[in-house]
Amino acid sequence: MNNLIILPIIIPLIFGMFMVIFRRRIILHRALSILGLAGTISVAAMLITQIQSKGIQSLNIGGWAAPYGVTMVADMLAALLLITTSVVALFVLIYAFKSIGRDKEEHYFYPLFLFLISGVNGSFLTGDVFNLFVCFEVMLISSYALISLGGEKGQLRESIKYVLVNIIASFLFLIAIAYLYAVTGTLNMAHLSVRVAEVGQDGLMTAVAILFLLVFSLKAGLFLFFWLPGSYGSPPTAVAAIFAALLTKVGIYAIYRFFTLVFYHEPQVTHLIIGIMSAVTMVLGAIGAIAYMDIKKILTYNVVVGVGFILAGLASFTAEGMTGSIYYLIHDMVIKALIFLIGGVIIAIAGTSKLKDMSGLIQTHPYLGWMYFIAALSIAGIPPLSGFIGKVYITQGTFASEYYWLGAIGLFTSLMVLFSVMKIFMNSFWGETILSEEMEKGTTKGVMLPIVALVMLTIALGLGAEGLHDYVQIAVEGLMNPSLYIEAVLGGNGQ
Amino acid sequence: METLMSILVGVFFAIGTYLILTKSLLRIILGTSIISHGVHLLILTMGGLKTGGPPLLGLDSLSFTDALPQALILTAIVINFATTALFLVLSYRSYKLLGTDDTSQMRGNEDE
Repeated sequence: MNNLIILPIIIPLIFGMFMVIFRRRIILHRALSILGLAGTISVAAMLITQIQSKGIQSLNIGGWAAPYGVTMVADMLAALLLITTSVVALFVLIYAFKSIGRDKEEHYFYPLFLFLISGVNGSFLTGDVFNLFVCFEVMLISSYALISLGGEKGQLRESIKYVLVNIIASFLFLIAIAYLYAVTGTLNMAHLSVRVAEVGQDGLMTAVAILFLLVFSLKAGLFLFFWLPGSYGSPPTAVAAIFAALLTKVGIYAIYRFFTLVFYHEPQVTHLIIGIMSAVTMVLGAIGAIAYMDIKKILTYNVVVGVGFILAGLASFTAEGMTGSIYYLIHDMVIKALIFLIGGVIIAIAGTSKLKDMSGLIQTHPYLGWMYFIAALSIAGIPPLSGFIGKVYITQGTFASEYYWLGAIGLFTSLMVLFSVMKIFMNSFWGETILSEEMEKGTTKGVMLPIVALVMLTIALGLGAEGLHDYVQIAVEGLMNPSLYIEAVLGGNGQ
Repeated sequence: METLMSILVGVFFAIGTYLILTKSLLRIILGTSIISHGVHLLILTMGGLKTGGPPLLGLDSLSFTDALPQALILTAIVINFATTALFLVLSYRSYKLLGTDDTSQMRGNEDE
């Protein structure tokens, strides 16, 4: 029992609810949201040290023993994602202070932002399938409000698609939960793992597993990403950045949790399907990123490629592949937030997202240009930046499990990703300066701090990969060995 | 009883899917709420239908009803209620702003 686990969900929720009461006190909103995220960062750090020394932590809510009540579980993977989420959210929030605008701030931007974080944290920490559904909904309903906040024509159009796709995905989730409950008679993840291992994963179980895969693929943008480019391109920069950094990652986390803890008995079926889906996702995403000449479109297709690459590590189902995926997951959260923020600044300065209408920004904004360059190298996985180590391990994992085609596609699409982000760099920063400083539509004032901080973070994650290795190893051990998780949640019960 | 319920769930899904595939926004929203009813009935059916069993486990009651599906449905209904309300407001706002509730005319062009 560890009451700390509930705090990352409750802190943002309570702070958000408190802020709703004082609608016009914007300074109070800003202060409280920073305080709330700082609180979750410190709780996540404490959780990491506890997990390192004492193993996986769990909390039975209301004192109902697992598997009868709702259980919250913090293992190393969840804790690492938790701290990355809070840090990235903090920087995006600071970016939002200057860029989001008074109108949206008064229409509950900060409370919605914190509710979103609360849902994301809840999804990472929950140990119960139905509770996972509820946390997904908390996250999604906040995201519906955030994506349509401002109410411009394009935004409304895209938010209708986004809401509809996610409502249908939620129905499929409920259907999958109903089937799972009918077959196993439990919803606690650890207990599920025990029961599935006892009765064996037959055809029916595998079918349920694939239904879950379908649901989480819709949320993560794995193969079923048709809704993603439109809806991540329409909201304001800060919102798009937090969506790109966090929302797809929650889906990825859910796929990881299910296919390492519960449905791991038939990897030649389920994990092969994940592998094929991730290969197709990488290829289609890379084609999209190359084809467009629009910053927003290129960046959203890069999100898609990232999702495919992370799940290639799971498809390999080896310790190397998992290590790589965890490194890459952390890297991807940081780098997607960073590149969306820089892209947003470029668009704000040029007043357009079309690459043809901008050129020569390096003359007036050298720092922004070089930071974009570092981010672009990092996204493609050039050493010593943070993307490198993850790419090496994932590729190693796919080769170890003899999915050579998957590793090859991963490496090939990395080149295409590099080309697509360099295309933005060359078109917007190189060439003749057509925009004098007076003609610029926006400024970089006040938004450089979070960008610099995230650039530092990607460099630090690359150079300090060795220091992170111990924690990642603990997380991988937990993923490859479900009995650790089961032991921590159930203790002796229900075996 | 389970067979009958399964057929009913199937009918709900068919009608809901048909409505979601139409062009009018209001019909799409009605479609989602009909599917949601289907989903809730499915959860109930999957928990096992029993008549006459109290939801309590005691020494003298050998047959009992599983109360968990009901709890799940209650939560799902509340969530669905919120999303439907939000979806209705969103579509009303888009109708006001875009001047149409026909999804095929909503597409517009990219430059807007």
